[in-house]
Amino acid sequence: MTRPAPARSPQEPADTVTGGIGTSPLRPDGTLKVRGEFAYSSDLWHEDMLWGATLRSPHPHARIVRLDVSRALAQPGVHAVLTHEDVPGENLYGLKYQDTPALAEDRVRYQGEPVAILAADHPEIARQALKHIVVEYEVLEPVTDPERAAHDETLPKLHPGGNLVRYQRIVKGDPETKADVVVSGVYEIGMQDQAFLGPESGLAVPDDDGGVDLYLATQWLHVDQKQTARALGLPPEKVRLTLSGVGGAFGGREDLSMQIHSCLLALRTGRPVKMVYNREESFFGHVHRHPAKMYYEHGATREGDLVYVRARLYFDGGAYASKTPVVVGNGTTLSVGPYNVPNAKIEGWGVYSNNPTCGAMRGLGAVQPTYAYESQMDKLAAALGMDPADLRIRNAMSEGSTNVTGQLVDFPAPVAELIQRLKDMPLPPERGEDADIRDLPGGASNVTHGEGVVRGVGYGVTIKNISYAEGLDDYSTARVRLQVLGGEPVAMVHTAAAEVGQGLVTLQQQIARTELGVPRVTVHPADTSVGDAGSSSASRQTYVTGGAVRNACRAVADAVYSLAERRLGRSATGMSLAGGKIVAADGEVVASLVDLLGEEIVEETREFHHRKTYPLDPETGQGDAHVQYGFSAHRAVVDVDVELGLVKVVQLDCAQDVGKAMNPDAVIGQIQGGSAQGLGLAVMEEIQVVDGKVRNPSFTDYLIPTVLDMPPMRIAVLERPDPHAPYGVRGVGEPPTISSTPAVANAIRAATGLELPRVPIRPEHITGT
Amino acid sequence: MRVNVIVNGEPRQADNVWEGESLLYVLRERLGLAGSKNACEQGECGSCTVYLDGVPACACLVAAGQAEGREVRTVEGLADGEQLDPIQESFVECGAVQCGFCTPGLLVTAHDLVARTEKPSDAEIREALAGNLCRCTGYEKILDAVRLAAARKEHA
Repeated sequence: MTRPAPARSPQEPADTVTGGIGTSPLRPDGTLKVRGEFAYSSDLWHEDMLWGATLRSPHPHARIVRLDVSRALAQPGVHAVLTHEDVPGENLYGLKYQDTPALAEDRVRYQGEPVAILAADHPEIARQALKHIVVEYEVLEPVTDPERAAHDETLPKLHPGGNLVRYQRIVKGDPETKADVVVSGVYEIGMQDQAFLGPESGLAVPDDDGGVDLYLATQWLHVDQKQTARALGLPPEKVRLTLSGVGGAFGGREDLSMQIHSCLLALRTGRPVKMVYNREESFFGHVHRHPAKMYYEHGATREGDLVYVRARLYFDGGAYASKTPVVVGNGTTLSVGPYNVPNAKIEGWGVYSNNPTCGAMRGLGAVQPTYAYESQMDKLAAALGMDPADLRIRNAMSEGSTNVTGQLVDFPAPVAELIQRLKDMPLPPERGEDADIRDLPGGASNVTHGEGVVRGVGYGVTIKNISYAEGLDDYSTARVRLQVLGGEPVAMVHTAAAEVGQGLVTLQQQIARTELGVPRVTVHPADTSVGDAGSSSASRQTYVTGGAVRNACRAVADAVYSLAERRLGRSATGMSLAGGKIVAADGEVVASLVDLLGEEIVEETREFHHRKTYPLDPETGQGDAHVQYGFSAHRAVVDVDVELGLVKVVQLDCAQDVGKAMNPDAVIGQIQGGSAQGLGLAVMEEIQVVDGKVRNPSFTDYLIPTVLDMPPMRIAVLERPDPHAPYGVRGVGEPPTISSTPAVANAIRAATGLELPRVPIRPEHITGT
Repeated sequence: MRVNVIVNGEPRQADNVWEGESLLYVLRERLGLAGSKNACEQGECGSCTVYLDGVPACACLVAAGQAEGREVRTVEGLADGEQLDPIQESFVECGAVQCGFCTPGLLVTAHDLVARTEKPSDAEIREALAGNLCRCTGYEKILDAVRLAAARKEHA
């Protein structure tokens, strides 16, 4: 018997909204979401399902001496308890390196590492049963200092190859050259969490063919499928994944969490198994943003032209590699920012430690250096006696510039214009004596009624690579079908691209409507029955999946023209589709799609590959590593209570170039949301890790910005089309997260005159207590 | 134990409820009303906000037994059949929904604010929504949606 799909999944988005590219149609999933009917992965339900749970290591570093599950298995209501011995395939997975055990074998390398899993009738029975699994640990000294992990050979080796994941050097011009004015600093950035609201969850349903269907929230169905199938010892076609509702991602769903575990339990018990992490487990169940320590030196002429940048960057990857190699690649290649720098020496280290594993998060690898180099730019401006915005404009990269790896910027790069736009925006009015107390730092309960409150203004500018880099063929696939349904032409778009909240489903419809000239477009649920779409990350989906949908639509259109040529004897040359009609080159309507197609179904599948990139030279770091860049700039205005150390961001303005605003409202939504995450990193968001242990795994103690923390924003969206990209688009999602952090930090420095070499900036950093 | 609750106007019954279960679990897993969301289960994020006897509460903090005999109104009970409540319409129109996981809780909170406050000021809206976390939108479009719903109510 083939089991039915779980209740409440997949979704059927409304196909009644209209609008092509460049407009802002309503989200097709909006109505379902406001009615509470949209099925997120944690909402899935199956008649005879069991609940899975995970036993995790309490130690950041330990040897497993004994593991006994027999008592847990004997608990009433428990159906299976599994350890690494029950993993039929390879017990190692990973996005870049296969170094992460699905279930720990003889050693655990971080607090929270999965050791055993079980399935039971009720989630509470499952949680209680975990306590009956016996694990004896020999606790080992944890490796926690990334700088030492990079250089100190005497530390314990966490992996066979040692503790270095990747080292990358970039040398440009004469890095030993001298300059008139030199500033240096050491900057640290704490561990940020994606804090998506929808917990890791999914439902695995075993099938009679020995395979399994997994309904889940993820960012990349095919990479999950590949890794899960390998662990299960099954061919990929027997591990079928369907995207369920995703409650935010921000990079945190790129690595596996419950995928292998839920499938193992489903295959062992022969019953559907649902796994849902609670918030505490979620903090242990996904990778975080790499904390970093960065040494920077900038040299400039007296007139303010950058002469050189020298930097050493340490990224703490935690227990397993995840995206650490990419963080080192992005971090070093983007390390001087959107500025012209003739001479540079940059070194980046990504290391293993016994801290929580770090991987993808919005702004991958660019967030850390941007905070550092933008702090340096302000320091340099002060040393030169220049306006910080003017110094940035003077050094801004533009089309025709060559970046630090020697790559020519052969597309618009309006960096100076972005900064100028912000400079030209009016500042908010000075705080009056009669200010609403709720608008002061600390809000109604904490303020000193305005005495001791000082204001500051700061800028932050960034450059972020779009799509995967360094030679990866980072493509997407789309299947588009055109047919007559209910007497009208309907297009159906099918991709495996994950809608994680960003609006990709809307965009796929917009492209199909534009290309095929039909108002009705449905989007098939994303699953692995269509080709790979790559990840919903790196600001790449509009570019790459957008390109694939465009290509498939154009192939469908060509097939329709050929049909018209065959059936009607008209030359297909110059034909186009509009308003459900086929129009000849001279503007004459050739036929309606309804008449031409009849019962015929036209379906085409196409891939989109962006232009080729190349690996970096291992010695010099030179190479054409990136496809495209996104640019954004922020200006923050803050009030700081210097007595209490409290900060209120009064205004946060943003200017960003998006190439082409495919959906202007969605673009604004990305900028506002991204800016909030960057603000959070500046003043509140940090997973606090002491001796490898997480101290604040809850929303009580890990703070993300509320509506009271986010100030009003003015936004300037520039559209300077990239000639190499479909429709001229430029990835949008990440840049606003990156540049808002230094803007806020620089504004706090401007207000207080303090060095503040670490984010998030805490009250004690301001008060010095 | 058995728990009787009036949910969205209908008497509902859940059997074999374990004593530690929350109202949120009963709604989601026993009554099939998964609209209220399970984001933190600590009362910090507001994603599970429901009306309990007409007052917004985090369903994750209410023990199932505490809800015995009481009236619960969830996000599923905001619309009048096919007709969305004005606050729901405003959220869709203003782009206040991205991933949407926070949306059900925010809708209940905002619905309550608009119902009890004439022309809420920005400060009042921010204060009312401060217990509902959103990770996607940066809140600006949510503020727009509440302003729009309040204005429509005023002119209705």
